[in-house]
Amino acid sequence: MESVLGRYRNLTILVGVLFLQLLGLAVQVKRSADVEHTRLIRIWAVEAITPFERGLVWAQNGSSNLWHNYFFLRGVRAENRQLKEQIEQMRLEQVRLSEDATQAHRLQSLLIFKEQFIAKTVAAQVIGSGGSDLSRIIYIDKGKNDGMKPDLAVITAGGIVGKVLQVFPTSSQVLMINDQSSGVGAMLEKSRLQGVVRGTANGELVLDRVMSDEHIAAGESVLSSGGDQIFPKGLPVGTVSKVSAGREMFLSIKVKPAADLSRLEEVLVVTEKQEREPVAESGDSRGRAADILAQRLPSVPEKPATVAGANPAGTGAAASDATGQDAGAGEKPQPNGAAKIVTETGTTGGVLKKVVQKPAAGDSGKNGRSGSGTGSSAALSATPNATSNASPKSANSTPKPATAPSKPSSPQSSSQPPATEDNPH
Amino acid sequence: MPITYTSGEQIEVYRFSIPVTVGVPLLALFLQAFLPRRLPFFSIFDLPLLVTIFFAMARRNPISGLFTGAAIGLVQDMLGPYPIGIYGIAKTVVGYGASSLGAKLDVENVGARFLVTTGFYLVHAAVYFTVARGMVNLKLDWSWTRGILAGLANGLLGVALYFVLDKFKQRT
Repeated sequence: MESVLGRYRNLTILVGVLFLQLLGLAVQVKRSADVEHTRLIRIWAVEAITPFERGLVWAQNGSSNLWHNYFFLRGVRAENRQLKEQIEQMRLEQVRLSEDATQAHRLQSLLIFKEQFIAKTVAAQVIGSGGSDLSRIIYIDKGKNDGMKPDLAVITAGGIVGKVLQVFPTSSQVLMINDQSSGVGAMLEKSRLQGVVRGTANGELVLDRVMSDEHIAAGESVLSSGGDQIFPKGLPVGTVSKVSAGREMFLSIKVKPAADLSRLEEVLVVTEKQEREPVAESGDSRGRAADILAQRLPSVPEKPATVAGANPAGTGAAASDATGQDAGAGEKPQPNGAAKIVTETGTTGGVLKKVVQKPAAGDSGKNGRSGSGTGSSAALSATPNATSNASPKSANSTPKPATAPSKPSSPQSSSQPPATEDNPH
Repeated sequence: MPITYTSGEQIEVYRFSIPVTVGVPLLALFLQAFLPRRLPFFSIFDLPLLVTIFFAMARRNPISGLFTGAAIGLVQDMLGPYPIGIYGIAKTVVGYGASSLGAKLDVENVGARFLVTTGFYLVHAAVYFTVARGMVNLKLDWSWTRGILAGLANGLLGVALYFVLDKFKQRT
């Protein structure tokens, strides 16, 4: 026996070492929660290597900043001009989108939908990878000490990146969405078809579980569906790059990641999500319609003093307009609620003042908003007469400006434009 | 690319200083973890594997080779998301194989090094996938195209890397 072992000593040791490693693997696999049982060893390895990575990243960023902030400023003026133009275009787009969003929120609230919002994020620097082409993981410089926990979503401005897999004291391991073992609940933006986005051996993304009889075009956006309970619904995952027949009855859909997964430098970790019912801001569109209509109606001559008094809140389309009772108009930003009250109370200045202030005080959202909806219609119906009431009301409403700021921001922006346009009248 | 069979007397066995023995594998592991984030194409390379092959072939001692491979592989496992031991097993086999081969063949010339490195890359991948799929039940897909391209790329890098590492060799 000894002679046999001596003769095949190398082979015996090889088998022994392999056997020990297989045994260790078997123990980890059997416990399945291998991550916990090998945690200490992993911490040692990661903590030994991440300080160097952190240092290199710091040095690299430092030299890069030095170059970009001091030496490479050529063309900044032109770029600045270009960016300003871009901002103007985006402002216009923002107005349109905020109107759409307001409408969507109103409709969602009617259906008592609950939305998930990203409440809090932590910015993190990517400092390294897993050191293997077969697993797509990265290390970030935020760990348990920074509030990291497993299964937190990691995103960039471009789209989703992955989820936190393991957390160490000063760093965390992130499993990217193009790893073969990862899966993201996803849906197609236009067709709303749902599936699972997985990684492949080549590091590509594919959308699984879409039946072959569905028609999907390249270029369609893929969003997170929220079904995995990790990524909030609606975050960009990628765009469909190729559709072909897959195995069995499913399509093979290749997806180009929205985030540049191969060149990640900074990421955001979603540390807190909130689920809440969207608040209906129903008054805005109607209020806006009222403003527009008011502008188109015959206007009365301006009374500068009154207008000045009525407009501090920046509201007044109707105030300076024919919309006399524009009491409502004056209060337009809280606008329509006021208009509604006018019609209901019969419009004496005193009553108006009282009632209008009421929403002002408690105008934290819903009341004011819902009121505005009805108010707008009131404003419309009242528009024709009211001229005589204009001045008293506006005078009474002077204290009102205090209420204006309490209005929600998005509605504000939409109701403001008419007000500024009115002043010229 | 001649691969010549050598007699025992022709074989030169090398050794390395302790800083090189410890530092080079650690540097390889560090670079493997760090560079792919900055240079995405670098993820196709497996520096720890190349270092394993180099040390194994230079020392020409199977026991030393298999322990070097096991140590490097296990540390690489610790940095990854999967159970510890998959890379360990694969690199143990490669370390043993490369040192055994180094003891019998002249693997000092460029052609031999390229072929040996490419071959061992594929062996490494085969062992890794076998263990990962068969034992750990990981759902990994093997791509022949990518595997062969990666093998050739590692072969080329290996030739260049071995040329640099040759400077650290010390004759016994």
